[in-house]
Formats: sequence, C-alpha cells, structure tokens
Amino acid sequence: MRRKSILPAVAGLIVVAALIIAGWLMWNPAIAPIQPPLATAFDSQTRLAGARVVALGDCAVCHTAKGGQPFAGGLPLATPFGTIYATNITPDAGTGIGGWSLQAFTRALRHGVARDGHLLYPAFPYIHFTRMSDRDIAAAYAYLMTRDPVSASAPANQLIFPLNFRPLLAFWNVLFLRPGERPMDASQDAEWNHGRLLVDGLGHCASCHSPLNLIGGEKSGHAFGGGIVDGWEAPALNALGAAPKPWTEEQLATYLRSGRAGEHGAAAGPMLPVTRDLAGVPQDDVNAIARYILSLQKPQPAEVKASADAAANNRESASVQSGAVLFAASCAQCHGPSAPMQSIGERPTLAFSTAVNASTPRNAIQMILGGITWQGESTINYMPAFGDVYSDRQIADLASYIRASYSPRGPWNDVEATVTKIRKENQAR
Amino acid sequence: MIKLTVNGVQHALDIDPSTPLLYALRNDLHLHGAKFGCGLGQCGACTVIVGDQAVFSCLIPLSSIGTRPVRTVESLGTAEHPGPLQKSFIEHQAAQCGYCIAGMIMRAQALLDRNPRPSERELREHMEPNLCRCGTHMRILAAIREVAHLPSADAASNGGAQ
Repeated sequence: MRRKSILPAVAGLIVVAALIIAGWLMWNPAIAPIQPPLATAFDSQTRLAGARVVALGDCAVCHTAKGGQPFAGGLPLATPFGTIYATNITPDAGTGIGGWSLQAFTRALRHGVARDGHLLYPAFPYIHFTRMSDRDIAAAYAYLMTRDPVSASAPANQLIFPLNFRPLLAFWNVLFLRPGERPMDASQDAEWNHGRLLVDGLGHCASCHSPLNLIGGEKSGHAFGGGIVDGWEAPALNALGAAPKPWTEEQLATYLRSGRAGEHGAAAGPMLPVTRDLAGVPQDDVNAIARYILSLQKPQPAEVKASADAAANNRESASVQSGAVLFAASCAQCHGPSAPMQSIGERPTLAFSTAVNASTPRNAIQMILGGITWQGESTINYMPAFGDVYSDRQIADLASYIRASYSPRGPWNDVEATVTKIRKENQAR
Repeated sequence: MIKLTVNGVQHALDIDPSTPLLYALRNDLHLHGAKFGCGLGQCGACTVIVGDQAVFSCLIPLSSIGTRPVRTVESLGTAEHPGPLQKSFIEHQAAQCGYCIAGMIMRAQALLDRNPRPSERELREHMEPNLCRCGTHMRILAAIREVAHLPSADAASNGGAQ
C-alpha cells in the first residue's frame, strides 16, 4: 500500500525536476540595450582587424539580400525545415544590432542567444563561431558597429511546427553546441593550428561541407564528408585526393583566393561569394586553411572505372548523341579541345572538372542552368546560362554527353528527372 | 532538313543541325541585324528572341530550337517605319558604332514583351549580359526607359539605389 502512494509522488518529482531543467536550459536573460556606439569608440586598428575577421567569417554572404545593402539581412536560407531569413547586422538601433553591447554580441557568437534572450537558429553557425578568440570577436564587433546603419527588418521565418518555437533549440544546443575555444593541438605546428581555428571556427566550412542529420545537426563522424547547400553539392573536403588530379595545398589556396584552380575548375554557386571574401584576407590565413584541410584527407577506395565496353555503349546512347550536337554549338567555343580558353589563364579542361567527375550530376546541371554571372569589374570567371534556352531533356543530354566524353567514371542515372527537380528547387528559392 | 520559323516565315534549311542559329540567320536567310561579336556568349551582339527568351544566337544550335518562333530586329520595323524601341533608340542617339544595338534592342524587347512596365532594377539586371564597347549604355538605358514609361535617369538614380 505504501509503495503505491510513493510512486505518483516520485513521478511527480521527476516531472517537476525535468521542467525546471528544461526551463533553465530554455531561459536566457535579456542583456540591456545600449546606445549605438559612435564610430570613434573603436580604434582603427581594431576595425581593420575586424574587416579580416568578418571576411573570413563570410558574414556578408548570408547577411546580404540579393541587390540589398551589405549586412542588412533579408536573404532567404532554404532549409529542410522551412525558410529562415538572415537578420540585419548593421548597427541600426531599431532593426539591426545597434543596441547590442559587446557582451551581447559575444553571447550570440558563443551561445546562439540574441540580445533580448531568444535563441537563434543554427543556420547562424554559432556552433563554429564559439571557437573564435575574444580578440577576434571584439574586432568583428568593432567592424560591424562602424558600418552604415540600415533600417531593414527581415521577413518572418516560415518554419514547420514545432521548430517555429525557438525555446526547443535549447535541446538542440545540448546535442550540438560545445561552447568555447579549444586548446591548441601540441602535436601540430602553429600554421596547422591556425588553419584549424579558421576552418572549424570562424570559417565554419563544415556548415556546408558536412552532411546534416534529421534534425539539422552535422552528422557526427562525417565532418567534411560533403553536403548540399542552396541546391548545390558542397563537395567532400576530406576526399580531395579522389580528384582526377589530386589537390595540392598551393592549388587550394589559389582556388580559395581567386575562385579558380588550374587543374580543378572555377568556384560557382554558394562558394563563389566565399572566394570573393577570401580574396581580401591575408595570404597566411588562406595558406593555413589549405594546410589544415589537406591534413583531413581520408584514404580513398580504389576508383571504380567504367569498363571500356560500358563507356562505349554510353557514348552511343541517344541522349549522349544529341548532347554532342548541343555541345558543338553551345560549349565547344570555350570548352572544346582547341578553344583559346583552354590555353589562357589556367582554365582547365572539363576532364579535370570537379562537377563533371562528381558522383551526381547536380553541380554540372546547376552550372549549365545558371552559368556564372558577371560580377562587375571583378569578374574572373564568366559562363553564359542555358536554363532559359534549353529544356530539361536538352540540359540532361548535354550533361550526359559531357560526362561520357570527359570523365572515366560511369554514366549518371536519371539525369533528366534531376534537372526537373533542381529547376523546381531553384524556383522555390 | 531543319524547319525554322523566323519573323513569322517558315523556312526549311539543309544545313548541319549543330550550326549556330546566328550563322543560319546571316548566311542562309540574309538577315544581317544580329551580329557576330565574340562567339562565346559574352557580348550579346548576336541576341535574338527565341520563344519568349532573349538568347545568344551564336551559342544555340539549329537542332535545339524546335517549334519555338525566332524573332530578329528586322521584325520590329523598317527604316521608314521603325518600331517603338527602334524609334526611341534613334531619338536618344543610342548608337555610336551601332554594332551592339540590334542585340540591345532585342534583349530589351524580350523584357518589354514579358513586362511592359519593369522597374529600374529589373531593367538593369535584364540588360546586364549585353555589352557596348563604345560606352553608350546610358543612352541605351534612356531609350528603353522611355518605351517602358520609366522616369529618366536622374529621377531613377534615387529610386534605383533602394
């Protein structure tokens, strides 16, 4: 009898304790707003250091809408859970971070908590920014607080229930956020450690280049195994030896700074603006990034080449043959064997292209659909878009022809269906 | 034989299916409005309308056009009776050497067919692929603005920055 009366009491206590822990996890105090600091509050050295930090962190890439003011937010980020709009991080008191103290800014970067105490979505990569040094955080703060304030509110996020209830992020953070800096790895030299800090922290490379699990966390044990972002494949960063010509540190550093690597190809899609940011940071930073990334390589399984017969059959397929006609008129002027572009400015043959040798046709299709647009005077790479000119079938024929002619790896499957799917995804973005 | 509808007239051409449209227009149909500029899809001098899209005719093979109608600058008017865009280009003296102009007009026409009242930003984004080496872009834009009922450049430069 006595046992029966104790059980509900114990159960009740557990529930109360769980609620207290949950509440403690979910609740964060607001940090009092400040008057937006004057530009003179920051010395020019710190502001200059902040420009480097903000470029390495690619802040402008997400926090600037297409055609919008820098850092004023509004860019839609498509996630599997709905659309999140990047916020305004200009020092506007009403709609930006003008009222944020350095303490509030630091808490946001290290713990994913906004000044008023609400939890930020992990599309903001605080699980990586948390590794930054206090000095870098202060420099980024000085730089952002001295931009022109822009009054602009981001549209409301459109997320599925229950993810639109922010306090639940507290549990996500228990799983994925390990706050604070990490000690140096004494077994490695200073450059490697600097590279790790930039790649795993500020640069948050894994945010795009790692597969995500069902709840949008980076899959443990699969860091840098490649992911999908904005409809593009972010290639694996730990399999760079699998490229037709294995990447070297020097090539990777050149690629990161210029958007082009002589034996690999040109940056496109969401990586293109990242290379523009990196063009302006010190060479030592980019060298360290390349050094660290090349130290992450996994041994590659022996490459499966298509048999000579299969390759010959593939070249004779109807799709590949109509692709050949399209290629002759639309692509050969630049990508054909005798095209001037092949001998100028280290532009590689398609045989070395990462997209052409990838396991899926996704990036090749995206390139053909959208090309690389002009970027004013800073254009290094340009390619016309064919999305408006060609049907899904024609794009698929082109992709299949390019794969068959330039890659020793077997044909892609369901290429036309993939074109249709990618077009739909692109339109929804 | 490849069937091709150009400016409302159907043609049957006995040429290699991978021939770019521009070559067929100029060499076989003797429509010399569209120009060969770079041959790489970079300059836009060859721009014509296929279906409802402005395309680089130097990059699109005949075999890929199918039933989509092709329109060139010759369809918009004549020297005696220029169309609205042609007339506005003349009034604004938008041509210097004139080599890019047929392409410019056809790209603008594709935009106005789809959206007769574009915004300044839409206009600029749409015209970006076409280049003019003489540097008459400001006059070209002014000529298109007039047909699109957009405010003139001074008024637009305030609105354009939004």
